[in-house]
Amino acid sequence: MFEVNKVRQDFPLLKKAGESSKPLIYLDNAATTLKPQSVIDAVTRYYTDYSVNIHRGDYDLSYQVSDYYEKTRKTVASFIQADVNEVVFTAGASASLNLVAYGYGEKYIQENDVILSTESEHASSILPWFRVASQKKASIEYVPLTEDGQITIENFKHAMHAKVKVVVIAHISNVLGYVVPIKELTEIAHSFGAIVIVDGAQSVPHIQTRVKDWDIDFLAFSAHKMYGPTGVGVLYGKYQLLDSIEPYYLGGGSNARFDRCGNITLKNPPYKFEAGTPAIEAVLGLKAAIEYIESIGFDAIEKVEHELRTYLINHLKEFKHIKLYNPDATSGIVTLNAIGIPSQDAAIYLNSKGIMVRAGNHCAKILLDVLKTPDTIRISLSFYNTKEECDAIIEALREITLEKCIDLIF
Amino acid sequence: MSDLMKDPLILRQIIMDHYEYPRNHHLTEDEHYHKAHMASESCIDDITVMAKIEDNIVKDVCFDGVACTISTASTSIMTELLIGKTVEEAEAIVKEYYKMIELLPFDEEVLQEAIAFHQVGKQANRIKCATIGFKAIEECIKEHKHE
Repeated sequence: MFEVNKVRQDFPLLKKAGESSKPLIYLDNAATTLKPQSVIDAVTRYYTDYSVNIHRGDYDLSYQVSDYYEKTRKTVASFIQADVNEVVFTAGASASLNLVAYGYGEKYIQENDVILSTESEHASSILPWFRVASQKKASIEYVPLTEDGQITIENFKHAMHAKVKVVVIAHISNVLGYVVPIKELTEIAHSFGAIVIVDGAQSVPHIQTRVKDWDIDFLAFSAHKMYGPTGVGVLYGKYQLLDSIEPYYLGGGSNARFDRCGNITLKNPPYKFEAGTPAIEAVLGLKAAIEYIESIGFDAIEKVEHELRTYLINHLKEFKHIKLYNPDATSGIVTLNAIGIPSQDAAIYLNSKGIMVRAGNHCAKILLDVLKTPDTIRISLSFYNTKEECDAIIEALREITLEKCIDLIF
Repeated sequence: MSDLMKDPLILRQIIMDHYEYPRNHHLTEDEHYHKAHMASESCIDDITVMAKIEDNIVKDVCFDGVACTISTASTSIMTELLIGKTVEEAEAIVKEYYKMIELLPFDEEVLQEAIAFHQVGKQANRIKCATIGFKAIEECIKEHKHE
């Protein structure tokens, strides 16, 4: 049984806020999430109890920490329903997306090939392909969005053609929060011979990921958006694809042998992509984060986040001065503007009430041409948010005026 | 401190007026203008300021772009303050403005309507907004001096 007040006790920042008279209402969970005590403990336990490097099997401590590190890989694999040798630890979703763009783009993209993406894409997934396209004289095309910013199977079908070699797509857009029908899109892309790279940064923390069932080729996500530490993320790739592409960088830990003539024998995936000492403590923290998510369960997470979103939307849609951009999305992302008030002024006003949201273009600069606004306010919910917190932002948005925003500087 | 500065209603009115009706709010194709584009990574501000400086006089200043209330109003006020001033006078105004932002003693006479921002320095998250236009005009003046 999900009990939000109990869950909030697991998060030191929320616990502290509960004991303080100063409100701390964190509604920027798409940017990063707060960390439960179990994750913090896993990170500090590495430094207090282990502290040594991984993969130095000659002494017990290293053996133990390596074992713990590799167990995390198993935990991740089972969490996303992949095989363990298909899980590469990276520095985060951006690093994962760059790794694929470099590795796959370098090897397989030819002149006149097309990389298909969407107008709602995050900079981290599309910018690496801009570079591939320019180096390989390939081009980028975009799936047109519906008027309210969605990607439909129909639109996607129309955008696919034989020259498309790669589809880069976010499972959940970080601006509009729509969940794309990834399994169906993947099937269509595969029927044209294209591979599908999924940016799962916004989806993996909130809905059950099934890489095998969806048949996607690559998936990138970050630990810090799923209650884990910063500085670590994952690249999932089908094993034969990981085996066929080159690593983004080389170094210790990724090679099996090399000689003075420059011959390098790389290790097998996933290790060939993991040169250098990784953020060991963050990887161990990721394990704790996944265990935390699993202890709550995606059924409860989806239900609670959806209830909060519905509650918020039902109130906000009554306000004539609030423009909602994605009332029908199903994820916990609510995008809006207070008409006549720049998003940044509004966000700073909300901050004066202890409410944290994101203002701006959310690293998806192309989308804003579709929305016809340079920037928006984004509320992004997590299961640890409450109806009372929603009430606080509803009240603040009910009474917001440009004058009140300006008065904050006096 | 003058009475005007104590009355937030008047100061707010100044800011609202310059936000809703920004002065010199356009750009030009004229090649005699210096141009400074200021885009902030952490906020929405993305403005371009252009200035025509001839015979050591700031003949014209204009700007356009996407920006919050504080950025728009402060840049609008800046254009009005600097047009017609000598380069030295313009530099002195900018210097005085930064003093105010840093909450140091400053000359109210010189800053005129810009005193609406005399408290902004207390809010770290708005200092960038309140100075973006002034930073841009500094760039223009610097470019002019390098010619």
